[in-house]
Amino acid sequence: MHKTFISQNPSVLWFIGLLGLFTLAVVVGSEATGTGLISTSMVKTLGKTLCLCLIAIAMDVVWGYCGILSLGHFAFFGIGGYAIGMWLMYARTEIIVLGSLEGQVIKPTPQEISDAIGNQIFGVVGSSEFPWLWAFADSLFLQLLMVVLVPGLLALVFGWLAFRSRVTGVYLSILTQAMTLALSLWLFQNDSGLRGNNGLSGLQNIPGYEDTSQAVISLVFFLGSALALACGYILFAWVVSGKMGSVVQGIRDNEARVRFLGYRVEGYKLFIFTLTAVISGIAGALYYPQAGIINPAELAPIASIYLAVWVAIGGRGRLYGAVIGAAFVSLLSSWFTGGGAPAINLGFYTILWTDWWLVLLGVSFVCVTLFFPKGIGGLFDYLVRKPS
Amino acid sequence: MLRRFLTLIVFLGIAGVAQAQDLQPVLQTHAAEIANPSRSSVSVALEDLAASGAPQVSDFLEQWEDKGVWQRTSDGMFFFATEEGNDLRLRDIDTGAETLAPKSGFSQLKPNGGVRRLIGTALVQFQLADPDLARRASAVDSIARRPDESQLEPLLASVDGEPDAALKARKIQLANFLSASFAPDPNDKIDAINSLSKDTSIEARAVLNQILSVKTGVSADAPTGNVARLLKVGRDLSQEAAYAQLVEAKLAPPLVPSGSIRDALAANVVGGKVGDIPTAQLDNQPMREAAYAVLAGDGLVPPLVTQAEQIAAVEAHTFFEVYDEDNAAFTDAARAALDSIETRVGAAQTVDLTLDALSLASIYFLAAIGLAITFGVMGVINMAHGEFIMMGAYTGYVVQQFVPDYTVSIIIALPLAFAVTFAAGVAMERLVIRHLYHRPLETLLATFGISVALQQLAKNIFGTQARPLTSPGWLDGAWVFSDVIQISYIRIAIFVLALLFLGLILFVLKRTRLGLEVRAVTQNPGMAASMGINPDRINMLTFGLGSGIAGIAGVAIGLYAKVTSEMGADYIVQSFMTVVVGGVGNVWGTLAGASLIGFLQKGIEWFNPSNTLAAQTYMVLFIILFIQFRPKGIVAQKGRAAAD
Repeated sequence: MHKTFISQNPSVLWFIGLLGLFTLAVVVGSEATGTGLISTSMVKTLGKTLCLCLIAIAMDVVWGYCGILSLGHFAFFGIGGYAIGMWLMYARTEIIVLGSLEGQVIKPTPQEISDAIGNQIFGVVGSSEFPWLWAFADSLFLQLLMVVLVPGLLALVFGWLAFRSRVTGVYLSILTQAMTLALSLWLFQNDSGLRGNNGLSGLQNIPGYEDTSQAVISLVFFLGSALALACGYILFAWVVSGKMGSVVQGIRDNEARVRFLGYRVEGYKLFIFTLTAVISGIAGALYYPQAGIINPAELAPIASIYLAVWVAIGGRGRLYGAVIGAAFVSLLSSWFTGGGAPAINLGFYTILWTDWWLVLLGVSFVCVTLFFPKGIGGLFDYLVRKPS
Repeated sequence: MLRRFLTLIVFLGIAGVAQAQDLQPVLQTHAAEIANPSRSSVSVALEDLAASGAPQVSDFLEQWEDKGVWQRTSDGMFFFATEEGNDLRLRDIDTGAETLAPKSGFSQLKPNGGVRRLIGTALVQFQLADPDLARRASAVDSIARRPDESQLEPLLASVDGEPDAALKARKIQLANFLSASFAPDPNDKIDAINSLSKDTSIEARAVLNQILSVKTGVSADAPTGNVARLLKVGRDLSQEAAYAQLVEAKLAPPLVPSGSIRDALAANVVGGKVGDIPTAQLDNQPMREAAYAVLAGDGLVPPLVTQAEQIAAVEAHTFFEVYDEDNAAFTDAARAALDSIETRVGAAQTVDLTLDALSLASIYFLAAIGLAITFGVMGVINMAHGEFIMMGAYTGYVVQQFVPDYTVSIIIALPLAFAVTFAAGVAMERLVIRHLYHRPLETLLATFGISVALQQLAKNIFGTQARPLTSPGWLDGAWVFSDVIQISYIRIAIFVLALLFLGLILFVLKRTRLGLEVRAVTQNPGMAASMGINPDRINMLTFGLGSGIAGIAGVAIGLYAKVTSEMGADYIVQSFMTVVVGGVGNVWGTLAGASLIGFLQKGIEWFNPSNTLAAQTYMVLFIILFIQFRPKGIVAQKGRAAAD
């Protein structure tokens, strides 16, 4: 069975192979284990890019394969980040607080410890009480469960409501966008319990590993991201191939016809929607410890639209297309906005790419939609002739 | 008009007569009372001063009260004077001529506190009857700022002679406030309080609230005084607050906070143990309390107050609020008046809220109506719609840079904004959207690309800071009905503009050739084409129309909000929700959607006024739920057009 899956999807082997080579190259080049050719901040950028690739393939499955243009997947990504961020922040603050209470004659009570931690974390929003949201923040295991459960349940409930009332197409996109907007507006409030627009910070410091250098931590996270991407790729490749994949793609092409053939369209859509939401949450949980900070602006509706942009530029309906799109656009974007690109002097006007990159992105996006609907991934069709 | 003119003549006449009169002789006749006034003797002098009708009287009284009047010892003449070192700068009371003289020959008039109050009352009386309207008004204002018992009588006396109607009304109102607080006769006071029940102003409420001011009290037996209400522990105040009140009244021993327990334990460590308990075991509250009890038993620290003791102490006492005012008749009348005012204010607030909601709805309607045409009628998702709003606003801003007159510039900006965004819309339709008519999701993404590019372009051209779009002077200010109900003119203008557009669009769609063709192409492009309609041209014009209206909406929105490159993005999601909630393909639906969202948002804000973010969150959640149960919107399309 496994053999046939691989033989049906030669691209999976190619992808895993290339990802493995890339990972090996980074390990060899990194400061922690190798020659130091690749700086720690570069390792972090590459690790974050891998997480973005993971959410991009999730987006590709839900949009490119199932035809649901969700503008809410970045919200799931953010939820994953917040879930892990809560534990990271709590555990680290606990260590700091315990350290500061160390020398006292009378040992602190659990209540005093918890008050001191609450004061540290929520001082910025003028509070010191732990909101109910943080009930499990002291347990890594439970928070890891939240990374999966919260996006999964949210997607399940939201998807069930939406698909049940046959909200489709553009309406569903607007509805998912509204969900993202509501979530980010809620997070922006100081009394939501997640520190309002300050967000969670200091996530790059892993509790219990204070003595480990960032070079090692970032490499570990890079390897974790690579592993997650590989697993996600195989999982999604398996989901979209075979009978299930055919039904899902059938829904994309003509939902009514699939329904008339006797399939429970809502069930398939709900499964895909929820599964991709869970994977998005995992991607977010890997991304934000590398980014170090998460705030509600990350979840704004525009982020989810950019996600769709990456997938469209990379090429919908092919998993490696999404990976190419996410990696290409996000790396290019950080190169342009980070001042890496040289300014062009036209004599009467100097084009600074920090100002003009978004214009270029917007225009190229229109061009891709108009002239290359298959995206960058479509170029591979010229290399590989399909037998049929 | 004639009456006012006559009044003026009369006043000028009086002033003319008075001008001739000198004050010094009058002062000299009462020189003794003025130089050494006492509360009993000064009133005669004050009455005579008032009777003289000289215009300098008010000036004199003011200076006298401020100890600015000096008497020459040699002849008893009075002067206004200010000290300059060892000299005095003298000012003649009648002529105003200034001279410098050594201080030694003069003595300062220093009326005592009681006399100064009498002078002040007389002064108020003078100012209240001053021929100059502005001085009278300022006297009334100063009374309103610092209401005092002594001002009541002069104020009442001046009401009848007041020629100016507005000021007279204000005087009567103020007299009511003063009587409600200070009237000597209880019946007058109650009448005044009752008369306030129709006055919704904040001042009236402040007067009543002052009468109703309470302080909390606690006692072991039945409460005394004019009791406002009894407080029930658990319902009106919490157990902790009640006990804190007991402690404050010294009726119960203070609680020992957990911090002090720890400090007390830490201070009494003996050989690694506190009260026979090793310090290592003191990391929880029960053990700490046990150790503390041992210390308390040794008399080293004040004992802990247990939960049971607290409850017993609270139960043994009565908690109540008592009025500062002793007379129950006054407080009852004031309570009734305040209740009546609050009912009125509540009604007025409802009206005000409705007006607010209406104006918000009209803004949403303006922002969404263009979208209703492009999305609703043509089925094209235009994510750049918000950027068309922004383009319109910036057009208005640019016009104002060239045309300094704000009225003219707005008149130019409105059609120009339409033209600019119409052209942009047509260009976008021709170049991009035309190729994507059958791929709605891709239209969404392509127009999003355009939106990103336009937004950044605007940022590059105009910078990131907000640009002002100034409204003409006649749109400044607000239409004030009462203290509670008011609406700014600009919001009225936007409301009118929204109505105009509703009418205009209905007219274009239902009564013109273009509208007929648009509806035909919407329903069946193929059939329309075979009837001789050019669908390409119609699509282009429709899209241009929708975009052009977005431009005009941009000017209107820019007038009351700031113009930034991101202003479009603020409206795009709301606009889409307006169209979707209202029902696609129907102008009335958009109106219904905008009203629903506007009223809903204001309603939620009213429940939780401190948090507009929460209001938006709940509104979006409501919309999500609403679409679940009415996926086609409020005004649903029927028939074949509904199947997509």
